[in-house]
Parts: sequence; structure tokens; C-alpha cells
Amino acid sequence: MAESPRIARTLAVGFGLHLKMMTRSSFDGLLGVLWPLFFATVAFLMFRAGAGGESLVFASFGAAVMGIWSSTSTSAGSAMQRERWHGTLELLVTAPVHFAVILLPVTIAMAAMGLYSMTATLLISRFVFGVDLPFEEPFSFAVALVATVVSIGAMGFLLAVSFVRYRTAWALGNLLEYPVWLVAGFLVPLALLPGWVRPFSWVLAPTWGVDAIREAATGGGPWPEIGLALGLGAIYLAIGVAVLETVLTGARRAGTVALA
Amino acid sequence: MTSLRIFFLGGLISFRALFSFLRPEIYIPSMLVAPIFQILLFVYIGRSAGLESDEFFVIGNAVQYAAIPCIFAMTFTIGGERFQKTLGYILVTPAPRLPLFLGRALPVIVNGFFVAAFALVVGGLIVGIHVPPSSVAPLALATAICAFSCTGLGLLGAAFGLLMREQAVLANVMFGFLLIFTGANVPVSALPGWMQSVSEVLPFTHGIEAAREIADGAPLADVADLLATEIAIGVVFGTVGYVLIRGAERLSLRHATLDRA
Repeated sequence: MAESPRIARTLAVGFGLHLKMMTRSSFDGLLGVLWPLFFATVAFLMFRAGAGGESLVFASFGAAVMGIWSSTSTSAGSAMQRERWHGTLELLVTAPVHFAVILLPVTIAMAAMGLYSMTATLLISRFVFGVDLPFEEPFSFAVALVATVVSIGAMGFLLAVSFVRYRTAWALGNLLEYPVWLVAGFLVPLALLPGWVRPFSWVLAPTWGVDAIREAATGGGPWPEIGLALGLGAIYLAIGVAVLETVLTGARRAGTVALA
Repeated sequence: MTSLRIFFLGGLISFRALFSFLRPEIYIPSMLVAPIFQILLFVYIGRSAGLESDEFFVIGNAVQYAAIPCIFAMTFTIGGERFQKTLGYILVTPAPRLPLFLGRALPVIVNGFFVAAFALVVGGLIVGIHVPPSSVAPLALATAICAFSCTGLGLLGAAFGLLMREQAVLANVMFGFLLIFTGANVPVSALPGWMQSVSEVLPFTHGIEAAREIADGAPLADVADLLATEIAIGVVFGTVGYVLIRGAERLSLRHATLDRA
């Protein structure tokens, strides 16, 4: 089979398969929806009791994207570790396609699981808290959504390969959940954060993803933000592949693919 | 004497055995760093929403984060034994059940108190809140009482741990409800009426309120009723949890389902 169709097929099959597996897991599925919803509910209650108005619209879209990051950060860090526990890591590493092509759809599927949470959050925002959510540019909103999922999935890929040598990768993945919610400006405008935090925000794809979604919803033209999110996603991917090569070469040489 | 040994030594050994995985590389990010970020997250949301002071969120979230060690650990005292294939051995022993299960709660309360106290001190220093020196000891007491009452709720989770497989999901859901309902981030008075009614019977609600009053300089006597209510809620949840554990134990023995859920 030619290389490109084979890669495309592996990506598509891997994405579909892992999405199915995760929807049948109560941890990834049910909790993946509920967990960000708890925080979103608290945020809605806080904004309703406080500033209200436009800030609730701002918080609604930010809270909606929180789930995409949550489902990625908590699972991606230990994605390779999980294959190791299942005894499938060596088989996947020796498969004829590059291991990155196998791992990437896994982390994108994790991010895509966040769409359930996103939908639930927007519905609660609209029908429980009565927030009048705008959807000015439906097409660019859909593109922004896809760009956000793909770029956060690519970030998950980078986490997965970076943490592979740590047995406790899941704890590091969990740890990143709150900081990215904060630094990417999901619920708090970046202008409120200290100046030294900004550079961290700028190199995070979720920052631009949530901005793109907000801009598309309010009719502000999201294309620059979509480009930045996808561009950062591509950079994460390139760094991730380079890290993966180094890690796998070292592990193959030492015969420690199955160990950590 | 045997009961005391089971309570203290058994509880400690059980905690060390079940939570041997809590090495520094897990304990530090999960128990010490994560609550600081939860505090910072809600401090900034609070500033953005123009709601309450930084102190409100530091105290609310530091104390509420005790739910992670307390609920997860208590739920895992049953699930962990099952996972390690030791649940059956424990439940066929003639050991009296009250010290057996309550003894497991003691190290959990101590750990929960430590986690909350650490978050309170470090979160407070980072955000820059001021607590009068005379309030430190009463604040520590209020935090310890909150850890106790939440462990009572955790005992209820442990009972459900005998009946269901997904204890991690259950513990996370309990944590989420406590985050919403206990006034950790939203003043209870700003919640809808039915939510206020729920919050009245949950761990943390009265303890967090007491801790905030203490931090504002109130003497211990002024919050004694709040702390007494918090203790009573912990006792009620703990008692219900213990009774349910005994019931679930009998059920699982009758149906030979002790090692599966």
C-alpha cells in the first residue's frame, strides 16, 4: 500500500477505535463529561453571583473548552504507559507504520471525547443558567472547534511522549489540568494574570483554540487564532516526533521498551 | 486491648499497605501542588467575577481539597483490598468490625488535615492573605474537623465500593458535588434555595464557614456551634457508612461476590 493512504487509514482507524473504547469507559466517558461540568457549574454560579452579563458568555465558551483539555491532560500523560501495562507497546513499536501515527490518533480521540463535555456545558449554560449564547459564524465555529481538538490532541501527543520514562505520568498529566485552565484564559481574561504568565499562554494551543471559538461565536473573525492553534499543534507534533525517535531509539538499544 | 491494636496498628498498617504507591513523585503533584493551582484558579475567577475576597477562596479551596485524600482514600480502603485480593482474608477474620474500619479512617483524617493545612499555608502565602496569629490554632482545629467529617462521607463511599466497580468515578463525583454545594467558592447564600438545603447537610459547609470567621478574627467560642454541626455531620455520615458497609459485607458473602463488583 502507498505510504500516504496507509497513514491516513491508520490515523482514521486508530481515532475511531480509541474513541469507541473511551466511550465505553465510565472513567473516560461519564466522568469525562461530569468532571469539567462541576467546575463549569461553580464558575457559572460565581459569575452569576458576581459580574454576570457578558462575563457569563465569556465563561460559557471557556468552560466548554475545559472539558477538551481535561480529557486530554488526564489521559494523554499515561497513554504510552497504558499500552505498556496492556503488553501492547512492543507490538505497536514494531508495527510497520511509524509509532507516532499510532499514538497521535489516540491523543486526538482523547481530546475529541471532550466534545461531549463541551456540548453538555453549553446546554447547561443555555438552559440552566439562561445564558444567551451567540453563534454568529457557524462555519468558522465548526472549524475552530476542529482546530482546537486537533491542536489539543497534538499537545497531548507531546505530553505522552515526553512523560514516557516516568512511571507516574498520570500524576503529572493530572497536575497540568488546573494550570492550563488558568493560563490559557478559559475562565479568566489573560489581562488579569501577571505579565510574566503571558508568554506561557502564547505557546499554549488551547489559548488560541478557546479564543478562536469565542471569536467565531461572537462574529469577530477567528481565522488568525485558528491558524495559531493549528501552527502550534504542528510544532508540538514535530517536537513530539523528535522526542519519540530519541526515546524509542534509546529504549530499543537498551531493550527497555516494556520497562519504565 | 485487641480492639485498640486493630484500631491503631491495623489502621496504620492498612494505610501503609494500601497507599504504598503514594511515593513523593505522586504525593507532591497530587496532594501538595494541585490544591495550590485549584486555589489560584478560583482566586482569579473570583477576581474576574468581582466576587468575594482572595481569603474567601484560599480557605474554601484549601479545606475543600481535603476531600481528595479523605474520600479517595476511604473509598480505596475497600477497593484497594479487593484489588490486592486481601478483602476476603480481612472479612473472614474474627476481628471486631468497628475498630477494623474506623481504624482505617484515622490515618486518612491525619493525611487529609495535612493536605488542607499545607494548601492553606502555601496558598495563603502566595496570594498574600493575612490571618491573625491568634487564629492559627483554631483554624487548624476547624481544618482537622473538616477532614474528620469528610472522612465520614468517605466511609459511605467505601460502602458503595463494596457494591460497585468504578470507585474512582464515584470518588470524583463526590468531590465535584462538594465543590459545588459546600460554599467553597460560591457563598451558600448565593445558591438557589434547594442547593442551600443540600449544602446544610454536607461536610465542609459549616467547617468552611467557621474557618472563614476564625480567619477574620472570631474567637473559637463564636464558631463552636458551626464546628459542632460539622462534627455531627461527620458522625452521621460515618455511622451510615459503617452500617452500609456491614450490610454490603453480608450481601457480598451471601452472594459470593466479595471479590467482584
